[in-house]
Amino acid sequence: MAKTYNAGVKDYRETYWEPNYSVKETDILACFKITPQDGVPREELAAAVAAESSTGTWTTVWTDLLTDLDYYKGRCYAIEDVPGDDTCFYAFIAYPIDLFEEGSVVNILTSLVGNVFGFKALRALRLEDIRFPLAYVMTCNGPPQGIQQERDILNKYGRPLLGCTIKPKLGLSAKNYGRACYEGLRGGLDFTKDDENVNSQPFMRWRARFDFVQEAIVKAEAETGERKGHYLNVTAPTFDEMMKRAEYAKEIGSPIIMHDYLTGGLSANTGLAQWCQDNGMLLHIHRAMHAVLDRNPHHGIHFRVLTKVLRLSGGDHLHSGTVVGKLEGDREATLGWIDTMRDSFIKEDRSRGLFFDQDWGSMPGVIPVASGGIHVWHMPALVNIFGDDSCLQFGGGTLGHPWGNAAGAAANRVAVEACVEARNSGVELEKEGKDILTKAAAHSPELKIAMETWKEIKFEFDTVDKIDAAHK
Amino acid sequence: MSDMQDYNSSLSDAAVSRKFETFSYLPALTVESTRAQIQYIVDKGWNPSIEHTEPQNAISNYWYMWKLPLFGETDVDVILAELAACHKAHPDNHVRLLGLDNFAQCAGTSMVIYRGTAV
Repeated sequence: MAKTYNAGVKDYRETYWEPNYSVKETDILACFKITPQDGVPREELAAAVAAESSTGTWTTVWTDLLTDLDYYKGRCYAIEDVPGDDTCFYAFIAYPIDLFEEGSVVNILTSLVGNVFGFKALRALRLEDIRFPLAYVMTCNGPPQGIQQERDILNKYGRPLLGCTIKPKLGLSAKNYGRACYEGLRGGLDFTKDDENVNSQPFMRWRARFDFVQEAIVKAEAETGERKGHYLNVTAPTFDEMMKRAEYAKEIGSPIIMHDYLTGGLSANTGLAQWCQDNGMLLHIHRAMHAVLDRNPHHGIHFRVLTKVLRLSGGDHLHSGTVVGKLEGDREATLGWIDTMRDSFIKEDRSRGLFFDQDWGSMPGVIPVASGGIHVWHMPALVNIFGDDSCLQFGGGTLGHPWGNAAGAAANRVAVEACVEARNSGVELEKEGKDILTKAAAHSPELKIAMETWKEIKFEFDTVDKIDAAHK
Repeated sequence: MSDMQDYNSSLSDAAVSRKFETFSYLPALTVESTRAQIQYIVDKGWNPSIEHTEPQNAISNYWYMWKLPLFGETDVDVILAELAACHKAHPDNHVRLLGLDNFAQCAGTSMVIYRGTAV
C-alpha cells in the first residue's frame, strides 16, 4: 500500500536505524566513530549520520514519496563500543551502490564526509574505514601501471626501490638542483624526488627543472647501466597547467611524474592517473594535508580510507609513513594500510584497524613509500616491515652524508642489498641488523661513514593516533 | 678534505661504474650465499630461470635465455649446475638467475651469479 504524506520532523531512527538489515555484497559500507553531544541517544545519532550522508534531511518532504526511499537510503545496521574509550562509539552504515556515480571517489567522499561532519548533535565524527564492493572497484581506473608493471619498466626485482627527496626543499636553482639529483642517481639510487612544495616558483621554474633533471637521469643511466627516474612534480594551480607539465615530462623521456592528491584534488588526480595509464607514465603520489584529516583520533578521515581512495583514483606510489622515522605512524595500523595498498584481498582485522574485508579483484596495487627522517640504521627494520614491494626514501639520510650525495646513495644501496641478501638467507633482520650492516660496511667505506654519522639519532615519541584497544 | 673519498662513476671506467641491479653493489656472492639465494627462490615457489648477456648490452630487457626456465625444479645442485654450464659456454657474459613468479606474472627476484668481463 502506498504511503501517505505527513509533514513535520520525525526521529531519524524511525527511518535510518535498521539493526536487522542484512548487508548486500554490493553495498558500500562505512564505519564512523561518533562522539555525541551529551544526552543524545546512540541510535538516533547513528541514524542521523546515515541520513545526512545519504538521502535524508532534517524534516520530511513530500518529494520523498516520489521515490523508493527504502531502496536509496543509507542505513545504520550496527553500533559498537570503542575499546578503551567511553566518549564515543562505532556506527556501521550501509549505502546502496546506486547512490554513487561510477568511478568517482569524489562523489563518494562528497556524500560520506560532506555536510554530516558539521552536524551540531555531534561533538566529533571520524570516518574510520570504507568497504568498497568489488562491483564499485571495477568502475574505477586505479593505479596507472601497478607494481609488476613498474618493476618491468624499471628492471628492478627482488628488492625495495631506493629514493631520495632533494633538499633544501626550496630555493635551489634548476641547474644546482639537477646536480643534486645527478649525484644521488649515479651513486646508486633508483629515484630522486621533487619535494611536495616544489612546483614552479620564481627561483626555479618547472621547465628548467625538468630539463636539467632529465639530463641528470640520462647521464646517471649511462654511467651505471641501470634505469633511473625522478618524480617530476606536476602539481599546478590549474588542471590545464598540470597537464601541460605532464605532457612535457613525457616528451623529454621522464618515466615518472608526481602529484599531491589531496591539495591538488581528487578530480585532478583521477584525470592525471588515467592520462598516465594512456601514456605509459608512472605516477608518484604525495599526501600533503593528510595529517590535517587523519591525525585526530576522534575527528576527520582515517588514513586507511585515504589509502583506498587513492588506489581507486589512481597512483603507483603513495607515502605510507615509516613506522621508524620522524613522522607519526603506529606499526600495526601501518601494516594494515600498506596491505590495503598492495594486496588483492585484505581480511578484516581489528588489531590492524581493518574494519571490513576488502576485495580489489584484479586492480593493480600501489607501492608504499617510506619517507621522513630515516637513515641507514633503520634499513634492517624497513626491509623487514615493508618487504620488497616498497620504495624507501632517504632525504637527509642520503644528502647529509659527509662525502656528499653519491656516497650517501651508495651507502644506502649497499645497506639495502645487504639486508635483502641476509633476509633471503634466513637471517632475522631486526635482530641481526647491526651485524649485517657492519659486515657490509667492511667493503663499503661509504656505508661505514654513514653508520658513524647517524649512529645516535632516534625518533622515539609515542604515536598520537593509535589503534583503539582496551585499557590495560 | 683529506680523508674524504671520491666516488668514481666515470663513463670511461665501465669496470667500476657499470652495475647490474640487485646485489651488484655487494661483492660477488659466495658459493654458500648463492646456495642460500637459490633456496630462497625455491622456497618461494618461483620458477628458476637463467639468462646471460654481453655486459655492454645489459640494459636491454631481453637477455639471452639459457634453454628454457627450469619449471618446477627445486634441487639447488641442479640449478647450480645449469648456472655453471651457462657460464662455461659464455665465460665473458653476465649470467643471471631469476625467480619467475607466475602468479604475479613478474620476476620475484633477479641476481647476477657470474659477473661478465667489463668492456
